[in-house]
Formats: sequence, C-alpha cells, structure tokens
Amino acid sequence: MGLDESKSIPGVARPDAPWRHDAKKSELNVIGKAIRKIDARSKVSGLTKFADDLTLPRMLHMKLLRSTVAHALIKSIDVHKARAMSGVKGVLTGQDMPIPFGILPVSQDEHALCLDKVRFVGDPIVAVAALTEEQAWDACRLIEVEYELLQTIGSVHEAAATSDPRLHDYGVRGNIHRLENLEFGDLQDGFARAEHVREDTFFFEGNTHLPMEQHATLAHFDKDGKLTIWSSTQTPHYLHRALARVLHPLPAHHIRVIACPNGGGFGGKSDPFNHEIAAAKMSMLTGRPIKIALTREEVFFCHRGRHPVLMRSKMGVTKTGRITALDFQAYLDGGAYGSYGTASTFYTGALQTVTYPVENYHFRGARFFTCKAPCGPKRGHGTVQPRFAIEVQLDKIACDLGLDPAELRLQNLAPRDSLTANFLKIGSMGLGECIQKVIDGSGWKQRRGQREITADGRIRGLGLACSSYLSGAGLPIYWNGLPHSGVQLKLDRSGLVTVFCGSTDIGQGSDSVLTWIVGEVLGVDPLGIRVVTSDTDLTPVDLGSYSSRVTVMTGNAAMQAAERAREIIARGVAEHLLVPSSRLVFADARVFDSEDPQKGMSFMDAVIAAEARFGTIGTVGSYTPPKSPAKFRGGGVGPSPSYSYSAAVVEVEVDPLTGIYRVPKVWMAHDIGRALNAAVAMGQIEGSVYMGLGEAMMEEMAYRDRSHKGHRVFVHKIPSLLEYKSPSTMEMPDVVTYVVEDPDKNGPFGAKEVGQGPLLPMMPAIANAVFDAVGVRVDENPISFEKVFAALQSKKEGKDARFGPSAGADGVPQVDFGDSLKIKTPWQGGDGTAWNEPKREKKAAK
Amino acid sequence: MLRLPTFTYYRPKTAAEAVRQKLAHGKDAMYVAGGTDLYPNMKRRHQTPLHVISLQDVPGLNTVEVQQDGSVAIGAMCRLSALEVHPHLLLNFGAFAHAVKEISTPLLRNMGTIGGNLLLDTRCTYYDQSHEWRESIDFCMKSKAGSICWVAPGSPRCWAVQSSDTVPVVCAMEAQVELVGPDGTRRIPASELYRDDGIQYLTKRPEELLTRLWLGAPSNWKASYVKLRRRDTFDFPVLGVGACVWTDSYGVVTKANIRLGGAGSYAIPATESEKVLVGQQLTDAVIAAAGEKAMKPARTMDNTDLDVYWRRKVAPVFVARALAACK
Ligand SMILES: Cc1cc2nc3c(=O)[nH]c(=O)nc-3n(C[C@H](O)[C@H](O)[C@H](O)COP(=O)(O)OP(=O)(O)OC[C@H]3O[C@@H](n4cnc5c(N)ncnc54)[C@H](O)[C@@H]3O)c2cc1C
Ligand code: SF4
Repeated sequence: MGLDESKSIPGVARPDAPWRHDAKKSELNVIGKAIRKIDARSKVSGLTKFADDLTLPRMLHMKLLRSTVAHALIKSIDVHKARAMSGVKGVLTGQDMPIPFGILPVSQDEHALCLDKVRFVGDPIVAVAALTEEQAWDACRLIEVEYELLQTIGSVHEAAATSDPRLHDYGVRGNIHRLENLEFGDLQDGFARAEHVREDTFFFEGNTHLPMEQHATLAHFDKDGKLTIWSSTQTPHYLHRALARVLHPLPAHHIRVIACPNGGGFGGKSDPFNHEIAAAKMSMLTGRPIKIALTREEVFFCHRGRHPVLMRSKMGVTKTGRITALDFQAYLDGGAYGSYGTASTFYTGALQTVTYPVENYHFRGARFFTCKAPCGPKRGHGTVQPRFAIEVQLDKIACDLGLDPAELRLQNLAPRDSLTANFLKIGSMGLGECIQKVIDGSGWKQRRGQREITADGRIRGLGLACSSYLSGAGLPIYWNGLPHSGVQLKLDRSGLVTVFCGSTDIGQGSDSVLTWIVGEVLGVDPLGIRVVTSDTDLTPVDLGSYSSRVTVMTGNAAMQAAERAREIIARGVAEHLLVPSSRLVFADARVFDSEDPQKGMSFMDAVIAAEARFGTIGTVGSYTPPKSPAKFRGGGVGPSPSYSYSAAVVEVEVDPLTGIYRVPKVWMAHDIGRALNAAVAMGQIEGSVYMGLGEAMMEEMAYRDRSHKGHRVFVHKIPSLLEYKSPSTMEMPDVVTYVVEDPDKNGPFGAKEVGQGPLLPMMPAIANAVFDAVGVRVDENPISFEKVFAALQSKKEGKDARFGPSAGADGVPQVDFGDSLKIKTPWQGGDGTAWNEPKREKKAAK
Repeated sequence: MLRLPTFTYYRPKTAAEAVRQKLAHGKDAMYVAGGTDLYPNMKRRHQTPLHVISLQDVPGLNTVEVQQDGSVAIGAMCRLSALEVHPHLLLNFGAFAHAVKEISTPLLRNMGTIGGNLLLDTRCTYYDQSHEWRESIDFCMKSKAGSICWVAPGSPRCWAVQSSDTVPVVCAMEAQVELVGPDGTRRIPASELYRDDGIQYLTKRPEELLTRLWLGAPSNWKASYVKLRRRDTFDFPVLGVGACVWTDSYGVVTKANIRLGGAGSYAIPATESEKVLVGQQLTDAVIAAAGEKAMKPARTMDNTDLDVYWRRKVAPVFVARALAACK
C-alpha cells in the first residue's frame, strides 16, 4: 500500500491534522521536498566547528600512554620523569578515577585509565597534559610501566577453551561474557515438516566505522565549579551519566555536555570514552581547559565496531521456500570490554524473523572477551552478520530447490500488521515493492545466470538480497520509565521558532528533521527555524543518535510540541479574526481561514496575537515507544516502533583468472515509510551502499599474531587510513535508488528509518552475485579477491566450490548454552512470556 | 599519526648549494622534493632530520627537454601531474606516462615529483606504522632502534618492498639518471641506482642529488606497465610489472626486459620469462609461457596489502597482460 493520492485534497494543507501518517503528498508543503539541510552551507564551506576546532585561553593538550601488550597485570607505573619534564602540567593514572563505567548498566567494566590490568594493545594507562601536544607525547615516552604478562586470548575458539585467565571477573564463566538461548515454538516439528533442510557455517570478520573526524574532546572545569565538555559524541546524555558516575561527588547538574557536530559517527561515538572522562578529570586537576584529539591509530583502538561473528544456520523450508524452522547460532568476538555487547548479542538473533516468517525459531548467541579493541555498535548493529548468513543461505536454498531467489522471497513475505515468532510487531511492510523495483530495474529475470562476458574477459553476475532494520530501540540503554525524546519550542514575537532538543546531528541531518517537521506543522519556512541541540544544559533529554531512532522519536516529540504550539496560536488567531480555530490553516508563513484564504495574518502577527492573549509561548513534546508484546527475558532487544525494509540487486564482474571483481552497478530500494526529505533520504541510502560495499569487498579489523622473545605479540594489523582498506570513488558503483514509501502509523508523517537498513543487503547480494557469475560460494565476509580466487581454485581441483569456515563440528566453539528459554509463538497461542524457567549456568566463582 | 617534529627548513638556490648544505649537516639533513613520502615518514618518526633542504628553488629541474632524436630529459622536480599529460611523453613513452598516472591520487600527483618517486623509500606493513605500534611489537631493523625482521625473523636483512610505480618501467626501458654530487655530475643506468636491500635500497651517495631522468629515443621497442593493487587509486603497487620488448621487422623478439615491482626490495628482473620471449613472436602461447615463469622470481612477502600467496599466484597473469600490451 503506497501513498494513495486519489483521495487527496489538492492545494494547501487540510486544517485538521494534515501531518498524520497517511497525509497525501500534495497536502504537504515541506515534508518530502528536497530542501537543503539547515547546516549544509556551513558544512560545505568549512565553517562548522567540530570539537577539534575549539580552543580556549590557557588550554593544555593531553595525550594518553597506551598499553603495548595484549593482556597483563600492571605491576608499577613510574611517572616521575614525565611529571618533571618541562611543559608538563598534569599526570593522571587509573587510581585517580577508580570508579568503573560502561554504556550498559550490566557491563560497567571500563576505567578511564586502566587500574591494575590491560586487556589489549591500545588500552590507556596514563594521561599527560602539557603546554603542547608534542611535549605531552614526549613525556609519555618517559613513563615506565612494568607488566606481568598474562595469556593472550585472540579468538572465540581460544576464549571458549580458556577458563583461566579471565579478562574480566564477571560474565557467564571463563571468558564467556554472555550466553543467550531462546526457543520460539517447536523446532522438532518445524524440521519434521520441512521438505528441505540446509546447514551452513558463515563467518563475518569485524570492521570499523572509519569516520572522517577523529574523536576530540575539550573539557573545562571553571572557577565556579562547573564542568563543560565539548565532544564528538553521538550520545551526550549517556556521556553525561558516565561523567557524573566517575567524577562523583561532582553533582550531575554541575556537568554540561555539548555534543559538537560529528564528522561521521556510524556508532563509533556512541559509548562514553576514556579520553573524555580523563580530559574532564585533568581539567579539574589543573584548573585549565584540556584538549585531546585522538590520532587515527587511537580511533582504531576506540573501535566499538562490527563484531566478528561465526555463525551456524540450520534452515528447514517447504518446497516453496517457506521457513518452517530456523536454528541459528552466533559466536561473537567481543574484544576487551562489554560496551553494547549484550545488546549486540541479542541483535544477532532478533531480526531474522521480520522479513520472511519463521514458523519455529531457535537462537543461541554467545559473546566472548578477547584481547582486541572492544566491539560495539556499527551501522546495522548486530543484525548485519546474521543477515549476511540468512540471505546467502536463502540463495543456496533457492538454488537447491530450483527457484528464482527473488520469487522465493516474494512468495514468503512477512505480513504487515503481524507478530513474528519472537513477538516483534511489524507495522507497515514494503519489502515486496522493494524487491519488485530492483528486479524490474536490473532486468533480473532476463540477465540473471547469463554469465555475460565483458570486453576485458570478466564474467558478469547478479545477486539479490533483502533486509530489515529497526526505527529505534523500544527500550533505553538503562532501565527507566521516562520519555526517550523531548523537544521544547520557543516562539518569539519576531516570528522566530526555536527548537530545543537533545539529539545530535552526526551528519545524518537530524537537526534538519526537526525543522522540517516543525516547519510543516506551523506552516513556516524550515530554513528560518533555529535549532539548538545536544547541550545537556539547554536541551531536553534525547537518548542519542544511535539505533536509527532519531527521526521517529525526536520527530514524534517535535510533532507533539509543534501541534501544541499550533493550537495555542490558532486560539489566539481565532479570537482575533473571529473564525473557528478548526478552520485555520498554517501555510506559507501565514495563518488563514480555509474558507476565505484572504482572511488571515502573517505567522509573526499570529504569534503576537497569541502572545498578547496567553503570554510567552513555549511548548514541549515528548515520545515514548509503544510497549512491546515480548515479555520474556531478552525480549527487550528487537522491538521497535517500526521496521524499515530494503532490497538490493548487485551486479559484479569477476575476473576468473585472479578472483578480482568490481561492482559496476547497484539497484537499491528502501521502504522508508515516508521520506521527510527526498534528497537526504537518498543520500542515506547511497551512503549505506558505499559503506556496505566496503564491508563486502575489503574492510577488516585484522590482527597480527606473532611471537617474540618468548611472548605473544597480538596487535591490530593496520591501524591507518591508507592500509585499512575502504573503497575509493573508483570502486563506488552507479547506484539506482528507489525510495519506497509505505507510511507507518508510528512514525512522524509515516516515516521509518533509513540510516542503517540499506547497508545490510550489500554484503550478501555481492556474495550471491559472485556465485551467479562464477559459481563459487564465499561464506565469509569480506568477500575479498583472494577468497574468490581460492574458491575458484578449489572448484577447479574438483573440490568444494566454496571458501568459508569449516562446516564440521570443529567449525564453531564447543559451548554449553544450558537449557533454552521456551516461548510459545503467537500462532501457538503464546502470550509473549516463557513457559519454562530454565536452569541457568551457575555463575563462575569470582 | 602525530604532527611533524620540529626542523629547520632550507631553500638553496643552486644544486651546488644544496649539496653543500647536505654535506654540512650530514645524517641530520635530508632533501625534500614534494614531501609526499618524506613528511608522512617524519610524522611516524621514521626519519627526524633536524635540517630539511627543499629543492624547489633549484633552477632547471622543472622541465621536460625533448631532444632531437626524440629522447627526453625529465627534470627531477617535475610534478607527476604535469608528466602524465605531457604530449610528447603520452605519444612516445606511453608506458611511462601511464605508470605516472597510476601513482596514488590526483592530489598526491600534484605535489609528488618524479625525482621523489624514483627515490621513494621501501615499504613494509611492519614498518609503516606509528611509533607506538612499532614500540608495541618491538622495533624492526629498518628502524634505528631495532634488530629483528618481523617478516623473516631468521633473516639478516630487511625485505621492505620497492613501491614506486615508475621504477619497474624505467628500469625495463633502460632509462638513465643524472646525479650531481660534490665531485660533479654522473649519468648511470636507472637500474644501477637500486640495490636488493630494504634499508640501503639506493646505490647513490646520500648527498648526491638526482637531477634528471633520461628516456632513450623511441625505436623498435614497446613498453608497458601493469599495476596490481586493491583499489583503483590511492594504493601503492603490490605488484607492478614493467615490460619492454625489442622486436625486429618480422615481429621476432630480439630483447626483452621484464621488471617486477612491489615483489621485492628492488624491481626484480624476470629473467626466465625474458628468455622465453627472445627469438619468438609475441603469440598468446608464448606470452602465457613467459608469464608462467614469473611466479618464481616474484619474492612476495607478508608485508604488503593482499595475501602473500595469492600475489605470487597471480603474478603470471599480470606479466602476461603486460606482455600482451607490448604486442
Ligand atoms: C597515501 C600515499 C599513497 C601513495 N601511493 C603511491 C603509489 O601508488 N605509487 C607510488 O609510486 N608512490 C606512491 N606514494 C609515494 C609518493 O607520494 C610518490 O612516490 C611521490 O612521487 C614522491 O615524490 P615526492 O616529491 O613527494 O618525494 P619526497 O617525499 O619529497 O622525497 C622522497 C625521498 O626522496 C628524496 N629526494 C626527493 N627528491 C630528491 C632529489 N631530487 N635528489 C635526491 N633526493 C631526493 C627525499 O629526501 C626523500 O627521501 C604514495 C604516498 C602516499 C602518502
Ligand atoms: S622487511 Fe623486516 S626489517 Fe624490513 S621493514 Fe619489514 S619488518 Fe622491518
């Protein structure tokens, strides 16, 4: 169901709430138009001030000394030479900030500076502030740290096999951080009814966000005892909480966090970071402003990117491809800290069910601690890896059954307005239209399987994949019953509308979203609206720019605040003009009678009329997502106000002699609910194509694993922008973008997310396209040239035409997941609760 | 990456003055041309010269001089971006112009010079890392502080990789370079400028200036350059095949030079492949046979981008493609 234009009233907006999700395009003046972003000109002309552009008088520069070993106890730290160096004004060690923190309440396992233990090469140990950055760096070289080396844990297999030493003294046991085991429905019955069963093993290597802006922070503890932090953070509210926790007894209301515009985030700036907290403490110590700007290498150490995930998927289907049972196991390499890892673990199991119905579903997820930079949320958080597995597996199944992979999917779409096996509530669902668009656009039916040869001897192939993503998490990071988003509006007798909101613009355009929504509701030019965002002193709380939540959540809050303002103004104008307020229309910066458009006044005069009548005008709006029917433990991750859908067809050209391939063209369709801005929505989709292309072709957080003088050296292989390969403009394909609009009633004007979803189909679509071209399967991401070559060699030698992790029993670690939590599916009459209380593993002793 | 360390900057007005300044400060001084190789290396603290001598004001190094016979003398300070569009080079030395165009990005080619490119430091993914990274694994022997080679721990030498795009092709074309030192000017074959060592990769004396590159007159030869890298811009070659084939009027090969860049510490001659060609016409079968022989000399090591074995296995394909371009 797209937007039905037939019932629309042409001309200006209806007086009665034209901003509902089913508003007709022709009724909207701002929404859907390609208006430039509110901050576009400052950005492109270089005037935007990022955190590293800020300076204050008497500012000092801070550097961190980081661990050079992968796992060790800190025996001693000798800083006296550094302290004595000229120019050095302050030195901090872990003991100065002993309170642990972490983004999730269940994993408060980080210290601003390591206390007594380091867990990966790059873990910060000492902070030094000096007059210049060079002095601070030189001083760090004078610090002596004595370590007692511990065994390095380098992979999920090693972590599963090593109960001692542990990286952390919490978690399930040994180096297992989390174990989840959820069973929906009757798996045995599901597999018994299956007409075809496949079991496959996949691996998805970790990769990182690579924002162009390196993290930077400026901290200033002033003479009045107030602390202000300017930082490149996506989550000022959570940073505020972490600062208040670690800097105790400094009261939370003495701390002000200002998130600067982010030069890209993608999830990499969503955790409170050690350098932010250390800078604050250093400013308190020295009484001077402190700046820290991370080097690119340090950004790799902050990481929080895509988890490496090893997966085994057993899928049972009918002859038409209907999934009767899915048994999915995920083994996540979490790196050194918890970060968002608990949520990531659940996300590797949550969204398998929202694209095609899964009748019975078993998910097991294990997250391990290893001596690597900590993993966390990256665009598509946790759902990217299983989506790769599922979409490649479905392609294989289509092949096994002799079905067209597009038809298989079209025949098995999750119904709109339905509940999934794991109690996720699907609202609008435009995947069918997305698939249709990309198969029509690419000539899928005629061109697939043709193996056309290019002029330079490459073989063409087409691959298809789909995905879904959430429009914001249904629950906040820490348990509370408060709104997820708040917006305040101030209306001024000059006609100025100011929007205050805690959200953070990370380049995705969230500041602009506020202006479009308020502009539409109040009938004013969005470019004339002022936006004040992400300042904990001035703006109401918004949880942050993560989880694709901002457009839906701040959008709904802004809508509510704007509706309330509209109502007040309408009452003022109605009294003034003597027309019923229900007849008033707000458009073109005027407020007028819908039955006599000449009768009205400018928006400024309307505000004056209302202010004269009711006093200063300010309104608020807030948003809390609907309650989820998933009541079982673990059911908190996955629910969302709505789900977006994407489908992609990718064309590849593979050189059969070398395995080198290029991607000349991509057709990507995305069901966004409603595009609030046509151009910005397409920008997000194309950006996702680019990022997905990089993940598919080359990006990986690889480690060097060597031994030296009797100990193991384990370090990030290539922490540099040159050698961590990410695509250039030369690799970027032509992208045909289709914006599919299936408005969702939970979204402002029907909008759903667009920032993350369209990334997901890229990796599996490329794997499937490579198969279409040269008949080999690469079950491991990135799908690098060498792997395609290896699979081609293997095929040539008559062996398995595949590259990937071992499909045997040794392929995945041996882990006892304990009993599963058993939940009846909705169609079994389940109510969203578990019917058993499983025996949980005894927690390992501390 | 850190910011640049502090240094004194010089702008001598003649080659002789530059050489004098270099001699005066010895190891503490370095020449700089475009700085696209030297400055990043200084930021990583590979080199920390206290005195940096810029060659930008030295006269006469900025021109491409076409001689009567069609040979050219290219000034060392010529920007790469000027060379890649030079009409005479494009017409008569297409392989060279193509190799220049394959270097990094347009932005870098606006700064980088041909002299700097010919003298480019060797590269290694254990070496081209931040100071802290190298400290964490322990410095290797290419750094002042280290003694081990991480790539080949038993090895007494460094295996850092020759990474200039133009070197394999100018060596194959038997070009010459002009060097200016305290004792005057000398001209040597380009291939004699290089040594098979990742640290001492040049034969010239440190104070000698490279002033010109001479490309011989067009005649009965054809050259080509084929580059392997992950991305079609930005990346250094992980294999760069420079080929030059001389033929007689019957199309029979009389001489062939094949040089493999990115596959060792200097541009390695693929001698066995060359032998296959001599006395033959460049048929597909001959080209394929010559390509096959290139796997052995390609001494790929695990110190560049892309898998070490794969790079060696695909070397024949790239050599064959370079030879096909010489047809
Ligand atoms: C991101 C990146 C990508 C790159 N990609 C490539 C690539 O794909 N292919 C490639 O070939 N190169 C590449 N380079 C390396 C480099 O940019 C080029 O080789 C460039 O041509 C170097 O020239 P330059 O003038 O900038 O050298 P400089 O940095 O100025 O000098 C390099 C060295 O030569 C010495 N030197 C320079 N000129 C003279 C002279 N006339 N006489 C004596 N000594 C001299 C300097 O002392 C220094 O040691 C890349 C560099 C970077 C940073
Ligand atoms: S080849 Fe060996 S010695 Fe040379 S730079 Fe690399 S690790 Fe160091």
